[in-house]
Amino acid sequence: MGSELMFFFETVISGVMAGVMYALVALGFVLIFKASGIFNFAQGVMCLFAALALYDFMAPGGWIDRLFGITLPVWLAIVATIGVMIVVAWLIERLVLQHLVQQDPIILFMATLGLAYVLEGLGDILFGSDVKPLDLGIPQGASDWALDTLGLYVEKLEVVAAITGAVLVTVLAIFFQRTRIGRALRAVADDHQAALSVGISLRTIWVIVWSVSGIVALVAGIMWGSKSGVQFSLSLIALKALPVLILGGFTSVPGAIVGGLIIGVGEKLAEVYFGPYVGGAIENWFAYMLALAFLLFRPQGLFGERIIERV
Amino acid sequence: MMFKRLTGALIGATLALPAVVSTASAYELVMPSLDYRTGPYAPNGIPFANGYHDYLMMLNERDGGIEGVKVKLVQCETAYNTKQGVECYEKTKDTPPSRALVYQPLSTGITYQIIPKASVDKIPVHSMGYGRTSAANGKVFDWIFNFPATYWDQAAVLVKYIGEKEGGLDKLKGKKIALVYHNSAYGKEPIRTLEKAAEKFGFELMLLAVDHPGQEQKATWLQIRRERPDWVLMWGWGVMNQVAIKEAASIRYPMDHFIGVWWSGSENDVLPAGESAHGYLSGAFHAPGDNFPAHDDIKKHVYDKGKAQGERDRIGEVLYNRGLIAAVYASEAIRNAMKIHNTKEVTPEMVRDGYENLDLTEARLKELGLPGFTIPVKITCANHAGPRKVALQQWDAKAKKWSFVTDFYDTMNDIVDPLIEEDSSQYAKENKIKPRDC
Repeated sequence: MGSELMFFFETVISGVMAGVMYALVALGFVLIFKASGIFNFAQGVMCLFAALALYDFMAPGGWIDRLFGITLPVWLAIVATIGVMIVVAWLIERLVLQHLVQQDPIILFMATLGLAYVLEGLGDILFGSDVKPLDLGIPQGASDWALDTLGLYVEKLEVVAAITGAVLVTVLAIFFQRTRIGRALRAVADDHQAALSVGISLRTIWVIVWSVSGIVALVAGIMWGSKSGVQFSLSLIALKALPVLILGGFTSVPGAIVGGLIIGVGEKLAEVYFGPYVGGAIENWFAYMLALAFLLFRPQGLFGERIIERV
Repeated sequence: MMFKRLTGALIGATLALPAVVSTASAYELVMPSLDYRTGPYAPNGIPFANGYHDYLMMLNERDGGIEGVKVKLVQCETAYNTKQGVECYEKTKDTPPSRALVYQPLSTGITYQIIPKASVDKIPVHSMGYGRTSAANGKVFDWIFNFPATYWDQAAVLVKYIGEKEGGLDKLKGKKIALVYHNSAYGKEPIRTLEKAAEKFGFELMLLAVDHPGQEQKATWLQIRRERPDWVLMWGWGVMNQVAIKEAASIRYPMDHFIGVWWSGSENDVLPAGESAHGYLSGAFHAPGDNFPAHDDIKKHVYDKGKAQGERDRIGEVLYNRGLIAAVYASEAIRNAMKIHNTKEVTPEMVRDGYENLDLTEARLKELGLPGFTIPVKITCANHAGPRKVALQQWDAKAKKWSFVTDFYDTMNDIVDPLIEEDSSQYAKENKIKPRDC
């Protein structure tokens, strides 16, 4: 195979892998939007917060170490962090959401904007702002086998992220389709009033969906944190998820994945093949441009629900 | 009679005492600290701010301030955001009693914005090794200092180092050098110098911009993998550095051919990459580590008294020491201003004179508890960039420490000086500045 063609494949593979990483963040947005119609601006900060908590449970000098003189092994730290994210979800429902029931979506969006600042500040106070190298034993670096035998550069961490993403989507699909809570979530997403009238507790559903979203944020936080160390720039990965959501639709789990892949591959090809002609660093805005181009033809995104309102 | 005289003297002394005491204690040296302890660049902003804070607090605790006048450190959070930085400048510049004596913005973007303001307000700005390179020309930039070296000097020195490793500058012909840079005013600073050097020595320059914050750089490193440049230089900041070093390791780029600017050479940048960062190089102008008497004084007078803002075990990190040396330069300039103007109640204008006559010798560094910590610095009215020398340090991932691997190199005056002259003349023309005669 010619080296140019091989390079093209490498670029596409890298795009696919990067797309999965974006999709992991986008999934959290989709879950909350699907169940409550809230665009959760704090999703990126939730990824950061979850990763900070996870690191802290395992690190010497962390809160657990200072209070009890122990550090947790990886699996226990993950369980403990899931617990933290459930508590965060409960607090968000108690302190923010329950006071804003029946408010316009823009009010709820503004509340999540405030929530992002509160969570970021809290993360800073509790865990500090320095870079925290996150080592959970996830393989990192280029795959030696792919590099030595095929001459192909594939990042091991991103392969793990892709597998994790696939498992996560499968689990979420089963959760939504096959479980009682999942069906209740879908009922709330379809019609709040109707769901309430058949005895589904909106508040419980909100706690559940924010908890699930918190767990998805933890997965995204682990992958991104393993890549660059846990640090406050992690909260900005939400900006990478936005074009994915625009493209895939705000209410579709498969849309987040497919959108992520299209954005990932599109931006990498653009950067590598067109970037050098326009000074480079085009992938950020190109992703938005690509998403907007899709919007011209499908305003609801690739898999989003078509909203038809009678006027 | 005797009683009357004694009473008079006592009354006089009683009346005079508060005036004397209040004069001694009321005057304080206002030193704003434009910090960034929050936001995506906080991991770099915090150690610098801690070093700056701790040295000045140590002077307050150990010596009662600078020549006995307390330092009033006014901290303001910029989050590395230019707009917030300018707000901090406006908010703090007239802080009584002395007004702001010097600004250290720790951001090229903020520096560019406050250069015209500080020149009107007559407040010195020390953009130490960053900011607008042509501010080296003190004839045009009266109030701006950027010693001990500029970005252009550093770019020139890195080319010099590469030339040395390749067996001579003439061997650079036909080589390929890539610059991976933060897509901002800061990241773009070295491009002109590198372009001039490429023209002169015949190497090919490959420019690769990375957008803020730099969390995702796969496309950049795929291009490096394809083009396989002989050397890669990096002008990065924050998360961009960590990701770049990891990506370089992933594509098996040799770390000893990957050189960062001195803002891409701290512990924060290499630790997340673990063992794979071993051998990575960066520019430097001061030593790493906490084995200097000044550090001992900081521990004794600041940390032991519970007046520190950082963690004790992070004293001596590269960016901590950078904040420390910035505070050393500032305090020495103020001390100098006191001597020149024969007063302890110095103003920003006087401190400018202190900076312009700064002569920090090896002997003085030793007196300050920093023997061999950095190179001597001599500033003049015309030369605001000082010695313009740069060394290289290398990361040892096993020992987890930086060490100098070269002596200090001189800049390439034939390349950099005409660029400084050209850019500063252009600035003078655009802003109708008549260069000083010095």
